Amino acid sequence: MSRLLDLMRGDPVADRVVPPSTRSSALTLIISAIMAFLAVFALALSLATLRLADRWSSALGESATIRLTAPEESEEARLSRILAILSETPGIASFRALTVEEEKSLLTPWLGEAVPLETLPIPRLVELLPADQDYDAEGLRLRLEAEVPGAALDDHAAWRRPLVRSAHRLTVLGFGALGLILVAMAAMVTLASTASLAVNRPALRVLRLVGARDAFIARAFVRRFTLRALTGAALGTLIGLAAIWALPDMEAAGGFLTGLGFGGLSWLSALLIPLIAAIVAFWATRAAAFRALKEIP
Amino acid sequence: MIALEDVSYGFDGRLLFEGIGMTLAPGSFHFLTGASGAGKTTLLRLCYLDLLPQRGTITAFSKPAARLGRDGIAQLRRRVGVVHQDCAFLDHLSVRDNIALPLIAASVPPEQHGAAIDDLLHWVGLTERAAARPPELSGGEKQRAALARALILSPDVILADEPTGNLDWEMSLNILTLLVELNRLGKAVLVATHDLNLIRAAKSQVSARVLRLRQGQLDVAGAGL
Repeated sequence: MSRLLDLMRGDPVADRVVPPSTRSSALTLIISAIMAFLAVFALALSLATLRLADRWSSALGESATIRLTAPEESEEARLSRILAILSETPGIASFRALTVEEEKSLLTPWLGEAVPLETLPIPRLVELLPADQDYDAEGLRLRLEAEVPGAALDDHAAWRRPLVRSAHRLTVLGFGALGLILVAMAAMVTLASTASLAVNRPALRVLRLVGARDAFIARAFVRRFTLRALTGAALGTLIGLAAIWALPDMEAAGGFLTGLGFGGLSWLSALLIPLIAAIVAFWATRAAAFRALKEIP
Repeated sequence: MIALEDVSYGFDGRLLFEGIGMTLAPGSFHFLTGASGAGKTTLLRLCYLDLLPQRGTITAFSKPAARLGRDGIAQLRRRVGVVHQDCAFLDHLSVRDNIALPLIAASVPPEQHGAAIDDLLHWVGLTERAAARPPELSGGEKQRAALARALILSPDVILADEPTGNLDWEMSLNILTLLVELNRLGKAVLVATHDLNLIRAAKSQVSARVLRLRQGQLDVAGAGL
């Protein structure tokens, strides 16, 4: 890091020895901007899926549902029995049976207003909130099976786990994409700096002939490319952040994709992108410069 | 200061010279002559370690060249001023900045550049052309600027590869006089040239040894040259 800071401070006299900008150094700026723009989205995706996984994991883990499918004449009696069992079960904070109206309002978004829900055999639902995660779900399930025919406990585990797993995989994919973007940026900066070094080979030779050390020559090139990458990445990051900021509000739209974005301090994490781009460019150019100089006596 | 011992070098399997020896001692003045393609430039490049010998040893300032490493070679080049045949300038810099290049490469603070560069520009008669870019200079001006750059770090050894190649006779004598002046200050000077008239003209000014590369061997040329 101290090397990077020294590099930023620069040496105006030494910098002049490098011939003026070439097309390849302008290319570095553009590539860095594009890569940083993509990196902002990859980072936003990773953070969004991370949040989503946490939300799913906690929200779904908080509640469970008992579903009762029974003939109409015995429905109320069995529902009462379920409530009685729940009141005797340790580890359950609260429970309540959903009213028929509440169930209908849950189904309306899926089936539409036109469907006469009262003619359908809709199971009754009892929502329960465990006091802690360790209540004996298996014991409760067995007791319900034994004592209340048609009752089934659903603690959401069956579909919560794959969802959370998928969200975690998306997070890994997002961070993987971020890593690949940085690798691609390193490759592109290496190509651009190698091209620039090749074009400036006669200048490198002159500098060696007048007694310049490899580190001195490399520093002048590395500084140019690192600053270009930093400037380009800063621009790309700003544009990316502006684009994310301009996305529709997550709460208003309610969809998953609109959850793409940064929240709170995570906005600051995007500011690391230009810094990482500069570090990547620093090492990529440095390696390319020393490789090129090795070919010059 | 620089000694070549039993040195051989060749390109593409063809030996350019074989088993040659030469010592550049403090205060010595050597001319190196020979036909085109005899290996004069190659021999000079060996002296400033732009090439390393395929056989034999080169010792520079009491250190074996083979053990110097890249930083060691850079350090050596600060003690050896070279006037290259093609002058080897950076065209985007002014004459003044080109002359300052060895100072910049040696990380000498910029505030210490001024006086030395002004003196040298005056000495080689380029004060008025200090701001010009190398492509704007005439052949003679380039050679004089190259000489100024070679001297900016006050080197112990001066190697000049055809330093009068592009010059008229009067300008050639001027350059020669400059080199002789430096030699009188104790610098070792080696001038590669095929200009025998220049060598003859030098004999009245300095006690110079004339080395001749011929058929892969380095001989001391006779008095009749």
